[in-house]
Parts: sequence; structure tokens; C-alpha cells
Amino acid sequence: MFKELLSQRLSALFVGGWLLLNFPLLALWDVDATWGGVPVFPAALFILWVVLIAAIAWLIERPVTRTKDE
Amino acid sequence: MLSPWIVVGTSFAYLLLLFAVAYFGDWRAAQGRSVIANPWTYALSLAVYCTAWTYFGSVGRAASGGVWFLPIYLGPTLAMVLGWVVLRKMIRIAKTYRITSIADFIGSRYGKSPLLAGLVALIAVVGIVPYIALQLKAVSAGFALLTLAPAAAPAPQAHWSQDSTFYMALALAGFTMVFGARHLDSAERHEGLVAAIAFESVVKLIAFLAVGLFVVYGLFDGLTDLFARAHAVPELAALSRLEQSGGFAWTQWFALTLLSMLSVIFLPRQFQVMVVENVSEDHLRRAVWVFPLYLLAINLFVLPIAVGGLLFFGSAPVNADNFVLSLPLAAGQNALALFAFVGGLSAATGMVIVETIAVSTMVCNELVMPLLLRTHHFQNESRIDLTRVLLLIRRVAILVVLVLGYAYFHLAGEAYALVSIGLISFAAVAQFAPAVLGGLYWKGGTRRGALAGLLVGFLLWAYTLMLPSLAKSGWLDAAFLTQGLWGWHWLRPEHLLGMQGLDNLTHSLFWSLMANCGVFVGLSLWRAPSGQEASQALLFVDVFERTSSSSPVFWRGSAQLPDLLRLCERFMGSDKAQALFLTYARQSGVRDVQAIQPDARLVQFVETQLAGAVGSASARVLVASTVEEETLTPDDVLRILDETSQLRAHSLELEEKSASLEKATAELRAANEQLKSLDRLKDDFMSSVTHELRTPLTSIRALAELLRDDPKIELAQRCKFIDIIVSETERLSRLVNQVLDMAKIESGHAEWLTEPVNMGALVRQAIATTAEMFRERQIAVEVTLPDQVPLLKADPDRLMQVMLNLLSNAAKFVPVSGGRVGVSMTSDDAGVTVSVQDNGPGVTRAQQALVFERFRQGGDASNRPQGTGLGLPISRRIVAHFGGRLWLESEPPDGARFSFFLPIRPAADSVNN
Repeated sequence: MFKELLSQRLSALFVGGWLLLNFPLLALWDVDATWGGVPVFPAALFILWVVLIAAIAWLIERPVTRTKDE
Repeated sequence: MLSPWIVVGTSFAYLLLLFAVAYFGDWRAAQGRSVIANPWTYALSLAVYCTAWTYFGSVGRAASGGVWFLPIYLGPTLAMVLGWVVLRKMIRIAKTYRITSIADFIGSRYGKSPLLAGLVALIAVVGIVPYIALQLKAVSAGFALLTLAPAAAPAPQAHWSQDSTFYMALALAGFTMVFGARHLDSAERHEGLVAAIAFESVVKLIAFLAVGLFVVYGLFDGLTDLFARAHAVPELAALSRLEQSGGFAWTQWFALTLLSMLSVIFLPRQFQVMVVENVSEDHLRRAVWVFPLYLLAINLFVLPIAVGGLLFFGSAPVNADNFVLSLPLAAGQNALALFAFVGGLSAATGMVIVETIAVSTMVCNELVMPLLLRTHHFQNESRIDLTRVLLLIRRVAILVVLVLGYAYFHLAGEAYALVSIGLISFAAVAQFAPAVLGGLYWKGGTRRGALAGLLVGFLLWAYTLMLPSLAKSGWLDAAFLTQGLWGWHWLRPEHLLGMQGLDNLTHSLFWSLMANCGVFVGLSLWRAPSGQEASQALLFVDVFERTSSSSPVFWRGSAQLPDLLRLCERFMGSDKAQALFLTYARQSGVRDVQAIQPDARLVQFVETQLAGAVGSASARVLVASTVEEETLTPDDVLRILDETSQLRAHSLELEEKSASLEKATAELRAANEQLKSLDRLKDDFMSSVTHELRTPLTSIRALAELLRDDPKIELAQRCKFIDIIVSETERLSRLVNQVLDMAKIESGHAEWLTEPVNMGALVRQAIATTAEMFRERQIAVEVTLPDQVPLLKADPDRLMQVMLNLLSNAAKFVPVSGGRVGVSMTSDDAGVTVSVQDNGPGVTRAQQALVFERFRQGGDASNRPQGTGLGLPISRRIVAHFGGRLWLESEPPDGARFSFFLPIRPAADSVNN
């Protein structure tokens, strides 16, 4: 399972994502304020989500990883 | 309010469009230009995860709990992070062993157990049919909302024969039969269906975004305005915070994330689109981030719509689940409301179609087939073509699943059991996780462990989640909820063993998954796996380590080719079976089907092909009843594995050896060619030399004979003859010297001096030496030399030889009168270039390469001047020895220009070699 570097990176990203999107790190964003008119907490959730998706895309679509494990 | 006919008409028009898309997908597939063979379609088809429950229910959930709708989508995102690792393995296994459903996957992993596969199919049916009912309910509720006046009381439920939802269910069954069970596909892949699902995903996303944009920018003045107004109302302000009331229920957040993470992989419909319908593993690369991005996009406006709806309707009693429809409707945007309804319809139908296919495949292969195979009639009557029977079972299963779904919806109505079924279904399929994930990475899992684990998990799920939901709907006596079963307090379903502090979903998930894992691991460790289990474990866990040709075949016994062929014909049709066997014959390198060896590999091939049609467990039973086989012990499995890996090592070794042999052969061939050409050169050389020697010898001999035979020759004549003899002898010795010289240089035995050479002085000396010759022939010599010339390291005698050669060469070719020879020299940091230019006839392009070859002189044979034909080749070799080069430039008829360049610092190896 952990032979390829890509798999290890994805596993690390999984752990990181799990920590960021759960208690207690998630509670850090729970403040009564707004960013540009949007309440901080939902905005933060969506931004974390986008970052996580971008990280997956970056890891898996890079030409380096594409050539390496094929 | 809209006319019912418009809504019904639009819905059926939409279904017709779906038919068209699916038909187009099938048509393109038949032409070999698949529309689903691209990563975007694959990613979009995964979005079948978003059902009507997402489409309508998320807003309802957000209206009461704020961000609590999100864990259901964050879980799948996290699952997709590991998608490349886990899903790719599942896809590889499913493709290699032709697995067509999650039940088949689990059954096949644990020794192709029909019992286990049947249990999984049963759990799926129990968990999923109510979920299908929920989709029908969503559509029905949406329909009612669009067609009834807002103030009107909800209409009493119509009789089923007058209920449009019933006809929609029938239409969906028809669609699923046409595109999901038209013919038997041994890989259970449905191109047109997947194309339709991807299309539905686009429709529901656009519809939801349209409603979201309308609410935010049409009803309100942007997000800022919306949230500013919400902030003024304390209840609404709380929706954008984590803690709704009291402490944050982080265990529930955690449980929901985990639950949705497991469901996105193990829901039968997800398994169908992700694993079974997958065209290429590489599509997963795109899908693992596009699918989460889709989830994010469809959730972007959930909270704004919920908050907007609450603000818009204020205290009016409007069900938040329907905000997506009721907001545009209340604002008078009927067209948008209709479009939003079509979006919801696409979410519902997509889920229903795929889920029905997946469940009906399981029902057919894992529940009905094993029972049919037990009947003697079926076993013995080998002439029956079973392909029609199989298709009929599939179609009936599809119809039954959908009618069951409709019946549940019709009976349950507004009951709690239906409303809460989404998460309850998730919890049911989460029970597959220990058996699947354990089976993917742990070779020690056994059939017994998986079976007991699943059973315990399923029973606990039913007791702690399903039964309470039925009781809350009033279908069961709710007393056991508060009193416990049989009055035993510690058996209260939502507080098992008196556990407090968890909501009922987390509570059920905790108990069922913990018991499931515990029993699975515990019982697996209790007894060692059997041969069959061990072999399947090896095939699954190590799927990436073997290619199909080197994978071990765990089968021993004897088989007959006609029996196996007949078996295939029964379940796949005659033509297809013949074609399959022919392909197999070609692959194994034999002429025709009759020549196939009925060995273990063929048995495995037949079993795998059958597995695609009837499931691996049934395929195992069928093959076992057709051939005579030995039961394998775990030791046998290890031995076969050992043999295979030894065989693989041997074949690798053999490959290496043959590769090195080929290389050696090629080298030998090249060396042989070189030798042959050298031999030819030597022969040419010998004949040239002898030819060149014979000419002067002939004239010497002729003159000598004349002198001997005729003593009366006059003195003047005699002297002339002797002069000729002397000059011919000189020519002979010069030739012999040059041949020796050439041979020495070529063999590397020549002696070379290396001392500082002033090229200017050397050139002048050479011109002085040949001045007499030029004067005799009346040739004008023009010399252009620089004042300062750098010193070179070389052999002055050899360079003199080169200069003399070039000068005498020029003298030979210039015209008899008016001959001109120019000698020039230039120098730079790199070295010195000397050129000798004549005004002779020049050398044609074709001849230019030849003049440097031995015994090839320029000019025609008739007017060829005196010479040995070795001067230029020797000169070229001398120059090359000092790291320089000698070349010829000539544009006939404007003379020729021979130049040579000598470097100041020759490369180290050029002097030594």
C-alpha cells in the first residue's frame, strides 16, 4: 500500500485533511465575525475544502507523478 | 402554481431526453467512439452520489442546523484523497476477476462464498429499497408543491393507479431495463446509462446553481446583504456558527464524516459507477478531484438558500426541504421553479436508475441464481439456453426493486422511517467496510469472520437504527425504545448497555462498526483460512504485483473441453462463447478451439467469464459441477504460489539470457561485416598495388630486352632508354616506399617525432625545394604568408612530405602554359591553415570524395598524370595524426584548393593514436 511516493503523499494529505476538518482545529474558526460580508465559519469551511481539493489535484495531476508510476 | 399537465409533460419530456442521451451513448459505443471513455464523464457519473436528498434535503438540514449538512460531502472528499490508492485497487481487482457488484466483490474475496454474497445482497436490498422510496417521495412532494395552491391543504394520497409517481416509477423501470438489461454484458458495463447519468449530474448542478443565484442576487442584494439581514435575527445568526445550542457535538460531526466517507465507496450505486462502469484506471486521476469539486459547487448555495428562505417566509409555515422550489414559486418565477423541479427530478432519477441496476444485479446473481442452480432440473438440463432466463431474471428484479420502492413510499408517506432513511441507508452499507477494506489489505481475513462480522453489524444496525425509526413511525410498539426489549433496561436500542451522550446515529454506528470489526478480526484469527480463501486472498491483496500471465492458477483436477464450452454456451449464448474460446485459443497460440488444452488456466478463464455473467460464487458452483477437481489445502496454495513465482523467476532469467544472446549475435554480425569489408579492401589494395607495380616493371623489362637483343642501338638511344629505366626504377622504389609508409601508418608502427615546428619556414622551404620543378613547367607561384606564425608541435619531416605532395599535385594538374599555383597560410588561436590553390580543371563533386582513397587519382584514365595515387591518402593520415584535417574545395572548371588545418594544441588522443 505504501510503496509509491504518491500513495504516501496522498495518505499524509488524508490525515491532514481529516485533522483540519474535525474538532478541535475546526472550532478555531468558530468566531462571530464576517469576511467580506460572509460569516467566517462557513467561509472558512469552504476555503479549507477548496484548498484540500486543490492539493489533491496538484499531487495527482502533476506530470512528474504521471510519468513515474506508469 | 403550475398546471399539472405542464409539470407532468415536462417531466416526461425530460425522461425522453434521457432516453435520447442514453441511446446516443449506446450508439456511439457500438461505433467504437465511446462518449464515456473520458475522465470528465467518469467524474460526472460519480456525482450520482447527490440524490434528491442532497438536492432538497440539504437546504432543509441547513435551515435547522446550519453547517451540519456539510459533513456528508466532506467525508467523500476525504475518501477521494485516498481514492487513487484504494479505489484503483478495487477497480483493478474487479476488472481482473470480472466482478460486477459489491456483493460479488465481498463473496469472491472470501473464497467465492455464495452465502456471504447473498448476505451482502440482502443487506443492500433492505438498506436501499427505502432509499429509493425517498427519491420517489421527493419527486412526488415537489410535484404537489408546484401544482397545488400554497394555502391548499395537502391532498390526500391518491390511489396508486392514479398516482403520477407510480407511472414515473414504471417509466424508470422501463429505462433501466432498456439500458441496463437489454443484453447480457459479461462485464456489466452500460455505456448509454452512464452517459445519461453524467448528463443528469450536469442538469442538477445547473438547476441548483440557478436557484442559488436567483435567491442571492434576485431576492436579496448579494451575499453581504443576505448575511447582514440574517445576522440581525439571533436564530438565523446561529446558523452560521458551529455550536447551535450547548456544546459542539463533535462526535456526531466525526461520525457523519466517517459514515459518508464509507458510503461514497460502498453504496451499491457508487460501486457501480466507480468500479464496474470504469473504463480506464487513469480516469480516476481526474475524478478524485473533480468529483469533490462538484460536491463543493452544488453545496455552495445551500446555506444562502436556507437562510434566504427563512428570511423570506419569516414565520409562515413552509417546509424548508422545499425552499428550492417554493422560493422561485413564491417570487412568481414559474419557469425557474419548473427548472428547479427538473433538477430535483434528475437527482432522483439518476439515483434510482443506478441503484436499481446495482441492486437487481445483486439480487439476480447472488440471491436468485444460487437458488436456481440448486434445482436438479437446472443442473441436468444442459440443453437450455440460459441467457434468456438470466435476462428475464434481471428485468424482473429491476421491476420488483422499483415496485418495492414505490410500495414503501406509498405505505410510509410522511413517516419518520422514510424521512430519516438517507443516513440509515448509509449506516447499513457502512457495514461492508470491514470486510472490503480488510479484504483488500489483509490476507488473514476469512469467510467465517466476514460473514459473522457482517451479520452482527447488520443486526446491531437494524436493532439500534432501523427498528427505532419504524417505531417512531408508529408501526411498532415504541415501548421497547424506552423500556428496552423484554423490559430489559440495558437493551434500549438507542442506549445500548446504558450508553449516554451519543445521538442515535453515532450510537448505532459505533456499536455496529465496532462489533463488526471485532467479530471479523476475532473470528478470522480463530482459524487459519482454507485453501480457497487463501488463494482468493492472495489474488486480491497482491493484485498489483502480478500481471495476468504470471498470476498463479489455484485449481487442480481434470476437465473436458466440450463440457466447458457447453457451459459457456448455456450462459452466454453460442456465438459469444465460440468467440471467447477462439480468442483464448489465439492467446495460447493454438490454431482452433478444438486444439485448446483443457488445463487449469482454461478452467480459470471459463470461470472468470462466467463470473461476469452470473457472479463469481455461482460461477464457482457451475464450474465445480462440470469438472472433476481436487480440494486445495492452504499448503497446496502456497506450493502453487511458490511454483508460479519460481516459474516467473525462470522465465525472467530466460528472457535476460535471450536478450544478451541477441545482443551478442548482433555484435558478431557487425564484426563479421567489418571483417568482410576489410578483406575486400585488402584485395582491392593488393590488386591496385600489383597493377601499379606492373606498369613501370613492364617498361623496364621491355627496354632491358631491347638493349639485350639489339647490341647495335645507338648510344644516344641507349642512354635515353637507360634514363627511362632509371626513372621507372625510381618510380618503383617511390611506390614501394609509399606503400610501406601507408602500411606503417595504418598499422600504427610509423615513427613520429614531436618537436616545435615553424610552419612559415616549413612552407617556404617546401616551395624552395619545388621551385625548380615549377620553373621547368613555367608555373607561377604566388605565396601569401603572415609574418608571425605560432609554433606547432608536430613532425617537420612528415609535414614537409604533406606540403611537397600538395605542391607536386598542383603542378601536375595546372595547364601546360599559364599555370598558376597559390600558396597561402592563415593562423588563429586554434591553429594554422595552409591552402594550395591551382588553376587546373578542378575536381568534380563526384570525384572529390574519391581523391583521398588509395590509388584513386583525379582525372580521366586517358589524361591521368604520373603518380602513385597514394600521396593524398598518406597526407590526410599525417594531418589527422596531429589532430588536424585535410580537405578539398573545388568548383570545376575553376581549379582546386587543397587545405589542411593543424591545431596548436591537438586533442590528447589524436597524437597518441
